[in-house]
Amino acid sequence: MGWRMWLPLMVFALFLGLAAYQLTQPKDEFVESRMIGQSLPYFELPAATEDLPGVSSKDFADGKPRLLNIWASWCLPCIAEAPQLEALKEQGADIVGVAIRDDPADVAEFLARHGNPYSRIGRDDLSEVQLGIGSSGVPETFVIDGKGTITYQHIGDIRADDVPLLLEKLREAGR
Amino acid sequence: MRGLLALLLAAMAMPIVAQGNAPPAPYAYRQLDDPAKEAAAQELMETLRCLKCQSQSIADSDAPMAGDMRHQVRIRIAAGENPEDIRSWLMQRYGDYVSYAPVVSASTWPLYALPVVFLLIVGAILLRRFRRRA
Amino acid sequence: MIAELGHAALWLAAALALLQLVGGALALREGEADGIAGLARPAAILQGGLAGFAFFALLYVFAVTDLSVKLVAANSHSLKPLIFKLSGAWGNHEGSMLLWVTVMALAGGLIAAVERRLPEKTMQATLAAQGFVALGFYAFLLLSSNPFERLPEPAMEGLGLNPLLQDIGLALHPPTLYFGYVGLSVAFSFAVGAMLTRSVTPDFARAMRPWVLGAWVFLTLGITAGSYWAYYELGWGGWWFWDPVENASLMPWLAATALLHSVSVLASRDALRVWTIMLGVVAFSMSMLGTFLVRSGVLTSVHAFAVDPERGSFILALLAVYIGGALLLFALRASSISEGERFAVASREGALVFNNVMLSAILAVVLLGTLYPLLTEAFDVRVSVGPPYFNPVSAIFTIPMLLVMAVGPLLRWRGDSFARISKELALIAALVIAGLIFFALFEGGALLPLLGLALAVMLAVASFLPLRGRNLKRLPIAVWGMVVAHFGIAVALFGMASESAFSTERLAALEVGQSATVGPWEVELASVQPVAGPNWTAIEGRMLASYKGGEGQPIAPQSRNFWAPAQQTTESVLLTRWNGQLYAVMGNEANDGRWQLRLWWKPFVTFIWYGGMLVALGGVLAIIGRVQQDLKRRSIRRKGAVRRADMETV
Repeated sequence: MGWRMWLPLMVFALFLGLAAYQLTQPKDEFVESRMIGQSLPYFELPAATEDLPGVSSKDFADGKPRLLNIWASWCLPCIAEAPQLEALKEQGADIVGVAIRDDPADVAEFLARHGNPYSRIGRDDLSEVQLGIGSSGVPETFVIDGKGTITYQHIGDIRADDVPLLLEKLREAGR
Repeated sequence: MRGLLALLLAAMAMPIVAQGNAPPAPYAYRQLDDPAKEAAAQELMETLRCLKCQSQSIADSDAPMAGDMRHQVRIRIAAGENPEDIRSWLMQRYGDYVSYAPVVSASTWPLYALPVVFLLIVGAILLRRFRRRA
Repeated sequence: MIAELGHAALWLAAALALLQLVGGALALREGEADGIAGLARPAAILQGGLAGFAFFALLYVFAVTDLSVKLVAANSHSLKPLIFKLSGAWGNHEGSMLLWVTVMALAGGLIAAVERRLPEKTMQATLAAQGFVALGFYAFLLLSSNPFERLPEPAMEGLGLNPLLQDIGLALHPPTLYFGYVGLSVAFSFAVGAMLTRSVTPDFARAMRPWVLGAWVFLTLGITAGSYWAYYELGWGGWWFWDPVENASLMPWLAATALLHSVSVLASRDALRVWTIMLGVVAFSMSMLGTFLVRSGVLTSVHAFAVDPERGSFILALLAVYIGGALLLFALRASSISEGERFAVASREGALVFNNVMLSAILAVVLLGTLYPLLTEAFDVRVSVGPPYFNPVSAIFTIPMLLVMAVGPLLRWRGDSFARISKELALIAALVIAGLIFFALFEGGALLPLLGLALAVMLAVASFLPLRGRNLKRLPIAVWGMVVAHFGIAVALFGMASESAFSTERLAALEVGQSATVGPWEVELASVQPVAGPNWTAIEGRMLASYKGGEGQPIAPQSRNFWAPAQQTTESVLLTRWNGQLYAVMGNEANDGRWQLRLWWKPFVTFIWYGGMLVALGGVLAIIGRVQQDLKRRSIRRKGAVRRADMETV
């Protein structure tokens, strides 16, 4: 009989522990993709701007690892990210862009103003590729190996100190 | 609930700058012609989480990504796909988080096991009370 | 100067709360009611006065827009209308905490002034508990959220002119909730006082009952209004989303509902002592937990308010001390409190116990579903728990509860037989079955809404059965309260089930001059006009809505674009008929020049909120009836005491 009266206190103690632990944890709103380690789904996107070709999933099967950058000209963090993409390109990364719900004129203007690190940009008006690879925001960057397998996901804009890690992941994907 | 009012301000007032000006996907705001299929799509959309929102389903959100997800759901249903297959297609990509209907899995079984425990406790309490009293 | 006086009054009030605590503790130890312990009542009354003064001081600095006060400068503006200047006083974290502690202190003062039924020692222990709870909030206010803090240099102008926040609902919603929470804190203090002095009696239940009923009425109103507001503002026709913050408001209501029924059993029959104490502790825990969830930001919600992890830690610490302490006391004392009078399965108490347990189980399910994502996140797994979980799982407990709710009021106290009420039972069963068949033929649909409709019809009839064969003029007001509240539940349930079974949705893209049908309505888009407000521009769709070919009624929903901050909102239009609402939302222009419209026809959806108001009305009737009874009982007692005194002198 007596021990049952302690049950509410024990349940409450469990809750307290959990709540206290969660308060100390930084709250991240990231939804990680479950597609890491899986092949890119089939897709074919038209060009997002006149100057660069569009993107197809077949482009990733030529043995060369690449970065797949989900971005948009209307996205403010993408502007912050532009110099880092430039740096990655200078250090040999091939960056393929997917522009989400974008307009060719806006894309061209963005590239003119903030630089163009991309080898191709596909136009994804319906978030098909985004949904297909489990990306939930803009910008996000995926590492794709030479066989078209997704090996790494970076959520949010790339900061200067993320660049070495992404290069390392690219190198790993090339092995 | 203290916030239920201040609450909504955040939700209904979504910032327009960060979403672009592109038109919504064709089926984001358009129903399927077949009422039965539309009903199936609606039912599914109400149970899928909008990934860009604060705890809203894609059926209740004006976020463009929610619109794109509604488009996906509707065209797949129109093509004859089973709603639960669409749900698992999304769960393969986003995990349990994307579905408001938790499936029984290694991480969610207590959600269903504990109510059964509650049922047993309820039964035990009532039985004890009534048996002794009657 | 006024601000400093308010600040000083808060410190004094805190000191008096401490005095209440010390006095009560001494009373327990020495077992006597004199000395410092005797100061508990006057201290509580004075504390109420001082806190009230501090709150008026805050209202004053907001009313005159004293921009040297930091809180005013951050949340008000000299050009605001007076009503929103005043509501700005509690529309922020510091002010809302002051409002809470003020209402709590006033409630403490009130019980100290008028409550004479309980043994003095129990009363002092209750005031000590009340002082202890208040002390935590005073510490929170004075140490980390001082509302009277001055700026080194007065601001030139206040920052708070956001028109989005100038809403009468937003102004009244928080006080409604705090009244509810504070009522539960009084019930909590009574429960702690009763445990400390091992005095769990019908008098204790009677002292606690008006506070529980009052809290319950305010919580009912808060949830009802909040749900309507969400329905109206979010622009997608939903009225309940099982969002963590909504659940945080539902959980104290569920606990208070169970508590008010078990308090009644204890008051009339001296049964369910331990259970009532437990619920008194749980109900207050739920309101603290709700505050914690809303303000700490540990859960993601559309309704987050004043989120700050540091405040979250403070509230969690208070939660740990109060609830942990009360549960520890419960564990130590509960076995020594006898369970009270006995009763049979087929009795009023039997039914009340059944539904109390069911309500507690529903509470447990909501709590589990709400906190579960928090639990898995500790293991880096993110899950979502939503309507597909809450609806069916809570229905497992709700359905039997609704059935027993229909039968319970027909049973007599102590012991009864189902045979005696066999006719009524047959009627109830027949209504459920007939309702199921009728609605199934009428509209197939999912099982749960169907069951909801049938049970609602049955309960609507059954809630009036207790009136059969009674003289309606002489019926106690409290019984009317029960009938009205139960009928209100039936009405609300009918609205919910009908909304979910019969709603029709129409997303249309129209050119000007075209029309769309939704349910029995035909809506014609007559013209589209740009309109401008003080800080927004909008696209307004002027439409004519006609019901079943009748005359067109003009409606004009808007899609608004605010600048600074740039936000888009929808101003939906609701056209209400007795049998439902037309819900119209104006969307954007599509590529081809047509306009996106969202239309819903929601039969009987308004019953949800009418029902909620009826439930609250029932609660008000119950309070009136109970207070009346208590006053009568008190005057009888007094006369008895006088007579006894007369006898002694003779």
